[in-house]
Amino acid sequence: MSPRYVSGKVLGSLGTLAFVIVFNFFLFRVVEGNPVATLFRGRNLTDAQRAAMRHQFGLDGSKLDQFWHYLVQLAHLNLGRSYETNATVLSEIGAAAWPTIWLVGISTLLSTVIGVAIGIVAAWRRGSVRDHALTSFTMTTYAMPDFWLGMLLLIVFSVLLGWFPIGGISDPTSNTTGIALLADQAYHMVLPCLTLTVAYLGEYAIVMRSSLLDTMREDYLTLARAKGLRDVLVRRRHAVPNALLPVVTLIAINFGFVLSGAIAVESIFSWPGLGHATYAAIRAPDLPMLQGLFLVFSASVIFFNLLADLAYAYLDPRVRTS
Amino acid sequence: MSTPLLLDVRDLHVTYPSGGGVPAVRGVSFQLERGETLGVAGESGCGKSTLAGALLRLLPPGTEVSGEVLLDGENVLTMREDRLRAVRWTELAVVFQGALHTLNPVKRVGWQIEEAITTHERGIPRSELRGRVAELLETVGIPGRRAVDYPHQLSGGQRQRVLIALALACSPHLLIADEPTTALDVMVQAQVLRLLEDLQRDLGLAVVFITHDLSTLAAVCRRLLVMYAGRVVEDGPSDEVFGSPKHPYTAALAAAFPIIGDARFRMAPSGLPGDPPDPRHLPSGCTFHPRCSVARPECASRAVELWPAGEGRRAACVQVLDEVPT
Repeated sequence: MSPRYVSGKVLGSLGTLAFVIVFNFFLFRVVEGNPVATLFRGRNLTDAQRAAMRHQFGLDGSKLDQFWHYLVQLAHLNLGRSYETNATVLSEIGAAAWPTIWLVGISTLLSTVIGVAIGIVAAWRRGSVRDHALTSFTMTTYAMPDFWLGMLLLIVFSVLLGWFPIGGISDPTSNTTGIALLADQAYHMVLPCLTLTVAYLGEYAIVMRSSLLDTMREDYLTLARAKGLRDVLVRRRHAVPNALLPVVTLIAINFGFVLSGAIAVESIFSWPGLGHATYAAIRAPDLPMLQGLFLVFSASVIFFNLLADLAYAYLDPRVRTS
Repeated sequence: MSTPLLLDVRDLHVTYPSGGGVPAVRGVSFQLERGETLGVAGESGCGKSTLAGALLRLLPPGTEVSGEVLLDGENVLTMREDRLRAVRWTELAVVFQGALHTLNPVKRVGWQIEEAITTHERGIPRSELRGRVAELLETVGIPGRRAVDYPHQLSGGQRQRVLIALALACSPHLLIADEPTTALDVMVQAQVLRLLEDLQRDLGLAVVFITHDLSTLAAVCRRLLVMYAGRVVEDGPSDEVFGSPKHPYTAALAAAFPIIGDARFRMAPSGLPGDPPDPRHLPSGCTFHPRCSVARPECASRAVELWPAGEGRRAACVQVLDEVPT
């Protein structure tokens, strides 16, 4: 991979990030209205108090002054304070990030492994009963909205059967630590994780299947068979790695989106992650928090796009060496 | 006891399953001795590449193949899977058309040659393997250090040479060269052909050349088969077939590749009118009659077969019956 390729991609990503920062700022200034009035509705405030509040939230001065102020604070990683909790947005986001990273990380891992495996089996025996069954299944899950699936699982396994907790990340009534706490958290994660896994594996299966079907038409597979390779080896060495290339990109790009896209699922299962925080911030409305979350989500999408580009270049010598 | 023929194809039929059955090869028979060169000529769609695929059972699943393909006396078509895999590349290797997609684009070319060797021979030390790959590449005129290159880093001619080196990896007795020079420019075509000729002579290989370029075949091969619509229409020593064709289709093919400097071809561009017939709706009688310049009324209904047409020659045209007294 040439340094020029890498630096080009990194610069491109930074440019996108800069655009997002500008856009993000003005977006919230457009929708804002008067947060001080919203927050202290029904209370008597003196003008001096009102001005102090405006100053505290950085809402005094012209839009341009505010923008400059915002950039300076951003450079110091200061995303402001939450209207709701008065804690810094950065600490709020930091606290909510880990549950999301675990949830999304594990479900992405599961959905890619299962999805890709389904895609391979379906494509290799195209038109067979197994292919039809698997493709119908993945099409169904692909078409299913994740929040709907989440509610269905919640109703069946938590409400009716009582096998899994209704929501949250751990049992609030116990104060276990260490392994026991971890086990409790894993237990709480089962349903949201299952929801995200099933909701996303369909896409990977469908993409992998069609990618592999394309690859199977390639002449180099005929050559591999002519060389006397077993079917399994033709598939493992030549067909699957090449068919995986587009899927790897999809996985990386999706990962960035899923971090932000788990809003519905986290809300349903009261999973205290970024999605849940977003939902809460919208309801409040907690504008500094939302602004910070938007920034983190955009940055993660941009970052994983970059990662996808670099991974593709690493895996495909045609990109790497040219 | 005489050793069996290297390759003996008997009444080979190949039908593709799409659209209710497309007969691509309809009763082809030919023999090949050790070290012999045979050319198979015809337009695209005449079944010549299908023929190549059928010899190693490389056609897509669902394709109907009947007849016999005796390789060293063993029928490839009825062989068990494991025996078939063992025969592939060690007995018969294919030089595919190397335009772009025949080599795996994400594997180093050396690795792709090594893979052919290790598939058939186990436990070769890595250093020896490297040496053999380098040697094979040198044989086809590519420096051994290029083994670490990916296919896209090589030129079209080099890729075609890699494919030839790959075909030689397991020292087969028979090479099928399926359009080995298409998509290469004329200079490179000549180099590749010369390379194949040299290898054929030096290694005592039997080679089946498949191409639409009759003049190339006439220069390289001793014997020639001309195929039309899935059948052999003419068969004989290549210089005679090219020089004085017995079948009007061969004549048209020969005229399509003029000999530079030969006065007979001057100012007389010639081609064959019409398109090859759709295999699903073949013309009655002689399948060539709608495009034939010397067709007679009987050609539309009379079935043709390969009739003797002189010393070591056969042609599927009623004209030859006029000449040869029976």
